[in-house]
Formats: sequence, structure tokens, C-alpha cells
Amino acid sequence: MAGAFPQFARKAPRGASVILHLVGRRAASALLTLLLVSIVVFTISGLLPGDAAQETLGQSATPAQVAALRHEMGLDRPGPVRYVQWLGGILRADPGQSLVANMPVRDIIAERLPNSLMLAGFTAVIAVPLALAMGIAAAVHRGGKVDRVLSLATLSMVAVPEFLVATLGVLVFSVKLLWLPSIALVSSEASLGDTIRSCALPVMTLTFVVVAQMARMTRAAMIAQLDAGYVEMAELKGVPFGRIVLWHVMPNAIGPIVNAAALSLSYLLGGAIIVETIFNFPGLASLMVNAVTSRDMPLLQSCAMIFCAAYLLLVLIADVVAILSNPRQRA
Amino acid sequence: MTLFLSFARSLPLPGRIGLFLVCFWLLAALAGPLLAPYAVGAFVDYDVFSPMSGKFWLGSDYLGRDVLSRLLWGARYTVFLGLGAALLASVTGTSLALVAAVHKGWVDEVVSRTMDTLISIPSKVFALVMVAAFGSSLWLLLLIAAVTYVPGNFRIARAIALDLAAMDYVTFARAQGETPIRIALGEILPNMLHPLLADLGLRFVFIVLLLSGLSFLGLGVQPPHADLGSLVRENISGITEGAPAIIAPALAIATLTVGANLLIHALKKGKTA
Repeated sequence: MAGAFPQFARKAPRGASVILHLVGRRAASALLTLLLVSIVVFTISGLLPGDAAQETLGQSATPAQVAALRHEMGLDRPGPVRYVQWLGGILRADPGQSLVANMPVRDIIAERLPNSLMLAGFTAVIAVPLALAMGIAAAVHRGGKVDRVLSLATLSMVAVPEFLVATLGVLVFSVKLLWLPSIALVSSEASLGDTIRSCALPVMTLTFVVVAQMARMTRAAMIAQLDAGYVEMAELKGVPFGRIVLWHVMPNAIGPIVNAAALSLSYLLGGAIIVETIFNFPGLASLMVNAVTSRDMPLLQSCAMIFCAAYLLLVLIADVVAILSNPRQRA
Repeated sequence: MTLFLSFARSLPLPGRIGLFLVCFWLLAALAGPLLAPYAVGAFVDYDVFSPMSGKFWLGSDYLGRDVLSRLLWGARYTVFLGLGAALLASVTGTSLALVAAVHKGWVDEVVSRTMDTLISIPSKVFALVMVAAFGSSLWLLLLIAAVTYVPGNFRIARAIALDLAAMDYVTFARAQGETPIRIALGEILPNMLHPLLADLGLRFVFIVLLLSGLSFLGLGVQPPHADLGSLVRENISGITEGAPAIIAPALAIATLTVGANLLIHALKKGKTA
């Protein structure tokens, strides 16, 4: 075949390299953004606030003591130098010492991060199929009762505060029905069943937060395809509607839908901050809230950077899926 | 009044519900102190977390204070902080967008790049970092909430402004020798107001959710002030009894934000249809 159509044989590898090139460019741009984000985070939390040395020692400290501590903490060096050192520490996965816990930030995070990833994983496993089903059902029955009810429900759900969902969840499932614990106890010794039980309410709350947005975006992505010319063509040919949805629309909609799912999962990050705190879940987000309360800047900065990196990663995945699924974006 | 009624009638049912909820909370926030049956900090009940009754419509809180009175005062903080921050965010974002759209070139490049960076920081994370650095007095919270949502407004306002700046009537105004400021304020801005109003509503919803979330974490409005989020936080121990002291303020926030969201959605739809 390649001999008969030499132009095709040459085109295939070029197409792949174009994609690689595009994906590489998106990844590079995400890294650049992350670098700029780190400048913002460090400027706000490291440079702008008052003198950390003065604060540590209190009002009664002599100027000499303050100067000595400032030198020890490296606060007497110019801002850009401090930034580079700080960034270097983060890149070497050694962002320094937590001021409050008095142990390396790396160790604290290493303990908490897996818990948060587990919570996010459970939520994604439940939320994604649910949201896709809701979005696709609404799109297929567009304008009908199902669509109107779902659209009103999701529109309301996106504006409900996470702590209301969590509070009602606790009220119903732990206080009234006594089914689930209201505080998440997660440890390596707990059995899988116990872990799932104690994660149930946090996962339920997070799912509520994520599903609405994801379902709305899925519906929009599906409808964009249903409105395309080829669907009308298939309808005119007499193809049954179920077949059109499955065989004609789905292959084209899958890219935009995965894109929507990845973008909506970023709502997890904000939701987790409230949810982990309410349920006392030992994850990264509740750690970050504690860091704010105790003004533990090294810990706070590392947590913030991990959250920003996770967010940019989700956006990057969404972008790459969009490129892979839509040949027009490769131009 | 008749104008208002005919406007309400033009909305679909969810929009009307939204309009009702938004007006309800606006009035409650405005007239709250006049309506509150008790003083906001007064200990009026010997019992704590008492249920709803004729004397205390929404029961009493963890210290035996009247929940309804505290709710009406809390709504003031939530609504006015939210409105103030949303206005500040929109005015700042739109001003920057106008500057970027009129000057283009490197000004646009720098401002857009900065905003793209800020928008890549999840809003709650951004707000937490700022609270840790600067603290959380009422004015700071207003500023922090506004700064957090400037980039979102900027992005939308810039897109609209660039579209308008490319239109013939603006080219004509330029050719007439109008100054950039006159073009921005006199030619472009008036045509942006409608979509920007919808965006202002959305910012308000986001900001109310952000600030009550912060207050719920104990990092937002600090005592002796209390917004609706603080009320949920201080009464959290009432959850084991299902006390109205915790459910009422949480529902209050939800009805405000859901109502605003329904109203905005109905307005947007009405415009495109």
C-alpha cells in the first residue's frame, strides 16, 4: 500500500511528530506558567509580609538579636536571591523546615499527599461516570423534562457551599442514621473496609461539588456534536437515534468530554480544602489550612505549589486530549 | 414598581425564584438590624441550641444567643462584603482590560501574561496564601476577595473589548482623532455593560462562596464580627442535635448563591434567545 500511495506513507510519521511538537509546546508553556506562579506565591508569602525574624523574637528582642536571626534565616539577602534559593529547595524536593512542627516539610507532605490522592481518586471514580451519564442523558433528551430537571439541579448545585453539603451529609448519615463516621480516621493499619467507610462522606461531598460542573460541560460538548451536519445527514438516511448517538456522536464527542472532565476535576482542589478540614481528613488541603492558621510559611508555600502544579497538570491534560481528539487543532 | 413586576414576569420560573431570593436577602441585609428581635451579642436564652420556637424563631446558638438576630446581622457582612469585593474586582479587571485593548502591544502582553498567571492559581489557594501573609481584617478580606477574582473578570472584559475595538465605529473614532481614553470610556465601555453586569453577578456568587468558606475555616471574618460562614463555624458542635443554629446560616448562604446563580442564568438566556 505504501508503494501505491507514497504520500500517505510519508504523512503518517509527520502527523505524529506534529502532535509531539504541539504537546511539547503546551507542556513547556505549562511549566513556564508554573514558574511564574511560583514567583507570585513567593512574593506574596515570602517577600511582602513583615519581618519574620522580628515576629519570631517578639517586641522585646534587641536589634542585634533580630539582625543575627535575620542573617541566620537569610532574610538580609536581596529578594531575587532568596527566591532562587527557595525555588532550588523546592526543585530538589527539600523545601526546608516546617516552623511549627519542627520537622522537614518534605516528610510532612510525604505522609499527607497519598491520603489526598486517594480521596481524589475515589471521588473521580464515582463522579466521572455519574457526571457523564447525567450530561449525556440531558443532551440526548435536550429540551425535555429530564434535561430541564437536570439543568436546574446542576445550576443550583454549582452554587451550593461545600460545607452545607457536608453538614447535611453528617446530619443525615452519621447523626440520624448512624451509618457513617463523621470524622475520617485514615491510617495505614485501618482495613480497606474501614478506610472506605470513613472516606464515604468526604467523597460524597466532593462528588456533589464536582459532578454539577462536569455534567454541564459534558452536556454542552454532546450538544455541539448533536448539532453537527453529519447527525442530520444520518437522521435523513434513517439511522435510528440510539445508533446515531453511539456510533456517530460518541466517537466525536469523547475528546471534548474528556476535556470537560479534566477541567472539572480541578474543582476538587478548592472543594478539598473545605471538605478535608470539616471531616478532619489527614490530607494535603487540611495541612495547608493548618499552615495558614499557624503562619507556617515554608509548609504553606510547598502546599500551595503542589496545588498549583496539580491544577496546571489537569489543564494540560485537558489541552492535550483536545489536541489528540481534534485534528483541526493540530494545524 | 410596575416596571419591576413586568421584568419579573418576563423571566422563566427559575429566574423568578432567583430574583425573589436575591431581593429577599438584599432586603434582609439592608433592614436586618431594624428587624432583629434581639441585640446581636445578647445572651437571651438559658438553653443552648434550643429548637425553633415562638420566642426564638430560629432557636438559640451555642451561647444562648438568638439565631435569627445573628443571622440578619451576618447577612449584612456576607452580602455587602460580597457586593463590595465583586464591584472592586469588576472595576479593576475591566479598567485593565480597557487599557490592554486600547494600547495593545507590549502593555497588553504584560497585563495579559500577569492575569494568565494569576488565573492559574486555584482561587481558594490564592486567597489562603494572601490571608496567611496579610491577615484577615474586614478591609483585607474585601481586597483579597477582589484580587482573587480580578483575573477572571479581566479575561472576559478583554475579549469583549478587543472585539469592540476592532469594529468600524471605533476605527472611525480613532480616525477622527479621539484620544485613547475617550475611545475606551466613550465608545467601548458603554457597549460592554450588559455582559459585564452578568459577570459581576457571577463574581458575587464566587466571592460569597469564597468568603463564607474562609470564615467557615476560621480564616475569614473574625470575632466580634460574624458573617454567615462564621455562624456555621461557631455552631458546628450543634450538628449532633441537628440544631437550627447551624442549619439556618448554611441554608441562608445556599439560598443567596443559588438564587443569584438562577437569576443570572435566566438573564443571560433571555439575552441570547
